[in-house]
Amino acid sequence: MTARIGVITFPGTLDDGDAARAVRYSGAEAVSLWHDDADLHGVDAVVVPGGFSYGDYLRCGAIARFAPAMTSVIDAAGKGMPVLGICNGFQILCEAGLLPGALVRNDKLHFVCRDQWLRVENNTTPWSTRYDSGAEVLIPLKSGEGGYMADKPTLDRLEGDGRVVFRYVGENPNGSRNDIAGIASEDGRVVGLMPHPEHAIDALTGPSDDGLGMFYSALDALAVAA
Amino acid sequence: MATETTLIDTTAHAAETPDTAQPYAELGLADDEYQRIREILGRRPTEAELAMYSVMWSEHCSYKSSKRHLGYFGDTTTPEMREKMLAGIGENAGVVDVGDGWAVTFKVESHNHPSYVEPYQGAATGVGGIVRDILAMGARPLAVADPLRFGPADADDTRRVLPGVVAGVAGYGNCLGLPNVGGEVVFDKTYAGNPLVNAMCVGAMRAEDLHLAHASGAGNKIILFGARTGLDGIGGVSVLASATFDGDESAGGRKKLPSVQVGDPFTEKVLIECCLELFAKDVVVGIQDLGGAGLSCATSELAAAGDGGMYVDLDRVPLRAEGMTAAEILSSESQERMCAVVAPSDVDAFMEICRKWDVIATEIGEVTDGDNLVISWHGETVVDVPPRTVAHQGPVYDRPYARPASQDDIQAAAPDKLPRPSTPDELRETLLRLVSSPDLASREWVTQQYDRYVRGNTVLAQPADSGMIRVDESTSRGVSVSTDCNSRYVYLDPYRGAQLALAEAYRNVAAGGAQPLAVTNCLNFGSPEDPGVMWQFERAVHGLADGCAELGVPVTGGNVSFYNQTGDTAILPTPVVGVLGVIDDVKRRIPTGIGNEPGETLLLLGDTRDEFGGSVWAHVVHGHLGGTPPEVDLERERLLAEILVAGSRDGMISAAHDLSDGGLAQAIVEMALVGQCGARLLLDPDADPFVQLFSESAGRALVAVPRTEELRFTEMCSARGLPWRKCGVADEQSNQLEIQDVATFGLDELREAWEGTLPKLFA
Repeated sequence: MTARIGVITFPGTLDDGDAARAVRYSGAEAVSLWHDDADLHGVDAVVVPGGFSYGDYLRCGAIARFAPAMTSVIDAAGKGMPVLGICNGFQILCEAGLLPGALVRNDKLHFVCRDQWLRVENNTTPWSTRYDSGAEVLIPLKSGEGGYMADKPTLDRLEGDGRVVFRYVGENPNGSRNDIAGIASEDGRVVGLMPHPEHAIDALTGPSDDGLGMFYSALDALAVAA
Repeated sequence: MATETTLIDTTAHAAETPDTAQPYAELGLADDEYQRIREILGRRPTEAELAMYSVMWSEHCSYKSSKRHLGYFGDTTTPEMREKMLAGIGENAGVVDVGDGWAVTFKVESHNHPSYVEPYQGAATGVGGIVRDILAMGARPLAVADPLRFGPADADDTRRVLPGVVAGVAGYGNCLGLPNVGGEVVFDKTYAGNPLVNAMCVGAMRAEDLHLAHASGAGNKIILFGARTGLDGIGGVSVLASATFDGDESAGGRKKLPSVQVGDPFTEKVLIECCLELFAKDVVVGIQDLGGAGLSCATSELAAAGDGGMYVDLDRVPLRAEGMTAAEILSSESQERMCAVVAPSDVDAFMEICRKWDVIATEIGEVTDGDNLVISWHGETVVDVPPRTVAHQGPVYDRPYARPASQDDIQAAAPDKLPRPSTPDELRETLLRLVSSPDLASREWVTQQYDRYVRGNTVLAQPADSGMIRVDESTSRGVSVSTDCNSRYVYLDPYRGAQLALAEAYRNVAAGGAQPLAVTNCLNFGSPEDPGVMWQFERAVHGLADGCAELGVPVTGGNVSFYNQTGDTAILPTPVVGVLGVIDDVKRRIPTGIGNEPGETLLLLGDTRDEFGGSVWAHVVHGHLGGTPPEVDLERERLLAEILVAGSRDGMISAAHDLSDGGLAQAIVEMALVGQCGARLLLDPDADPFVQLFSESAGRALVAVPRTEELRFTEMCSARGLPWRKCGVADEQSNQLEIQDVATFGLDELREAWEGTLPKLFA
C-alpha cells in the first residue's frame, strides 16, 4: 500500500507543487489538501509547504493557522500523525502551537536565497531517520523572516531534549537563536524547518538531492507504523 | 481637472457646451491632438472621454513617436521566421511554438519613471504588470528576470534607488512564487536621475490554449475581477511615463505629482491561480489585463479587437475610495485587476471559480451590436466613442531625426592612445581592479534577495549566462532567456550596438545549450523630441531588425520607453534585447562553473582583436567612452551558437561562458569562482597579453571540454570553420588561477575582489 502524504494549499502558498513533487520522488502518493476543506482525505502524513499564505499579512502564518484544514492537522498531530512544516509551513505550525517559538525578520533585513549547509542534530524523528547523526546536508534557504526565536527556558528545553533537528553550519544566515534551522515537537512527530528540502531532490534543479532524505524518512516511519 | 460645474459631464452636455475650456494640455495632449479628438467625436470630448484619449494617446500607450520605425520589425520578418510565431507584435505578448505542443510567451516592459519616484513600489508593480501581460495570453507565468540600470554605484541617490528597486522586485516576485532567473545590473552616470527598471516574464501554455483578448459576440458579459479600483496611479502613463521629470511649459514649469501605483502581490498570486482555472475550465472568451491606463485601455482595446461595440456601467465598478469621478475610475491604475469577456451561459461558472479564490468579480457591462464603446455613470452617458480611435488610431509622429554632429568626434576619440598595462604587475592589478569594479563585480548581493528555486524547474539562474526553466517534467523540454545591452556600444554606434546586444543575448542563450528562437526588446531612450535621440532610436531599431533577419530569429514583441533623461542629458541609448531559446532536454544544459569533470581542457572559441571602444577597461580605468564598438559578425555568432548547442547535445562541453564585458579575464575568473575550481590559463606568447585578457571582441566563448571529448570537439570546430585555441586546463586540486607568465591569483583573493564590492556599497 503506497503511503499517502497530504500537501496543503492556502491562498498564497507557493511551494505546494514542489512539495508534492518531492513526495512523489520519494515513492509516496501526493494528495492535494485545500485550506478550506477540513477533510484530510485519509492521508498518512501532512506537509505544510512554503510560500506567503494570505500574503503573510498581519504576521507570517497567523491567518493560515485558523484554516479548517489546519484544525484537522492539529487534531491529527495530537494522535501522532507525522507533520512537516517548511518555511511558511514552519511559521504556521508555530502559530498553531504545534511547535514552540516564532520566526522573525532576518537580522540583515533582506530576503535571503542561498544554498545552505545544515547539520542533522537529531536523526530519530519521522522526518530525519535516513540521515546519519551529525551529517551535513546542502539545502536551499529562501526566506525573509527565518530567524528562530524563543525564550531561554524554551531554548534550553529544546536543546536539552534533543529537539533541535537541523542547525545551520557556518555563518548564521538570519540571526536564528542557537543557529537553529529546524525543531521537533515534544513527541518528535511534528518537525518544522526554514530551509526547503523539496528544492533539493535533484541536482538538476537544486544544489543536491539531500532533501529527499526527509521524505524517505517519513515513508520508513509510516511503513513501520503499518 | 474639474470643469466649471460639478454636474456630470455627459456626452449631451458636451455637445451643448462646445466652448468649455478643457485641461487637455495638463493631461499631456498637444493642441492638434485635442483638435483631432473633437473632429472624431464631432463635439468636444467629455471629461471622461478626455481622460481616456489622453492616457491612450500618451507616448507610453500609443507609441506615437516610435510607431513609424517599429514597422521595420515587421518589414524584415520573413515568412520563414514567422513559422514558429503563434502571436506577435500588437498582442499582450509574443508567443512562440517551442515544440511538443508547448507555446511559450515572453515580454519585457519598462517601469523606469515610477521606480525613480518610489523605487520599491515602482519596481514591484513593474513585475506585477508584466506577469499579468503573460497571464492574459492564457499562459502560466514561469519565471521573471529584471534588467536594471542605475547611476554610479557610489552615488548617494543610487543607495536610495538600488536597494529599493531590488527589494521591490524581490518582495513582489518572491511573493508571487516566480523564480527570478536572470537580468542585469548596470551602472552609469547617465542613469543617475533616470534609472531603468525593465521587467521580463516568461510563461508557457499548451499551444491550443492560446487566448487572444477580444470582445466579440453581442450579449457576452464584461467582467472586472481582482482588486478594487482606487485613486492610485491616476495618469501614470500620460503624466509619468511619457514626459521627463522637469517641469514643462504646459504644466507651468511645476513638477508633476508622482502617480505611482501600489502593489499587492498576494492578490496577484491568487489572481494568477484564478485566471488559470478560468482558462482551464474554458469559461472565458478572452481576458485582458489592466495595466497602464487601467479601464480606459482594457475596455477600448477589448472592444477595438472585437466585432461590435461595448457597454460599460461604471457604477458597478467596485471602488476602494469615495467620491471618485468617472474620469478617475477610467484612468486609475490600481494593480491586480483583469477584465474578462464571458458568454452569458458561463457567467455562473466564472463567478464560482472567483468565489473559490476569494477574488472579487463584477459584471460591469456587455458586448453590444453597436459600433461604439458606451460608458455610463450615474445613469448618464459619459463616454460614447469609436473604440479603435482610442486604442489604435492615436496620432503618429514623424519626428525629425538626424545624426548629431558630435557623433564624429565621439567616434574619433578612439581608446588607442590610452596608456595600457604591460608588465605582469600592471596586468595583475588591472585584472583585480576590473573584477572588483561595480561594472563587473558579482551581483550576488542583488540576486540572493530573489527566490530562484520556487516551482522547482530552475535549471540555470544567475550568475549563469542565461536563465533556463524546465517546461515539461515528463520530456525535460525547457526554455532559456537572456537579456542584454551594452549601452556604451550603442552610444558609440547605435546600429552596431543594437546588433551587439542581440549577439550577446543570442550567445548567452546558446552558452547554456539552448537554441535561440525568438527576440523581444525594451527600447529605453531619451526624448523623442531630440533629433539626435530619434536618430539613435531609428538606427538601433534598424540594427536590431536587420540583425534578427540575418540570424533568422523573429522579434515577437517589445516595448518603447522614451523621455529617459535628466535635463537635456539623455541616458545612454539602451535597447535591451531579450532572446528566448529552447532546449530539448534540460539535463544537457551547460553550467558556467568549471570542474564538473575531472581534467577539463579550456578552449577559447572565436577571434580576438584589439577592440576597446566602449570597453569596461576604458570606462573603469580611464573614464573614457569613445571610438567604435567591437565588430559584429552575425554569421560567426550563428556558427558559434551551433557549435555550443551541438556540444551540449552530444555531451562534449562541461562548462561554457560567453566573452563580453571584461573579456577573457573576466570569463575565466567567473568560471573558476562559480565552479570553485582552480585553473591554468595559457596566453598566446605571440600576441599582446593585455589584448588577449581584456579585449571585448564579440563572437567568442570560453568552454571547458572533458579531455575525452577534446579531439572530437576541436575537430568539429575545425571542420565547421570556427577558430579555436587551447588556452588552459581546469585543476580541481588547485585553489589558484594561474595566468602563465602574467600572474597567479588565489581563488580566495579573487572571490573577495569579485564578491566584496556590492555588499560594501549597499549592505
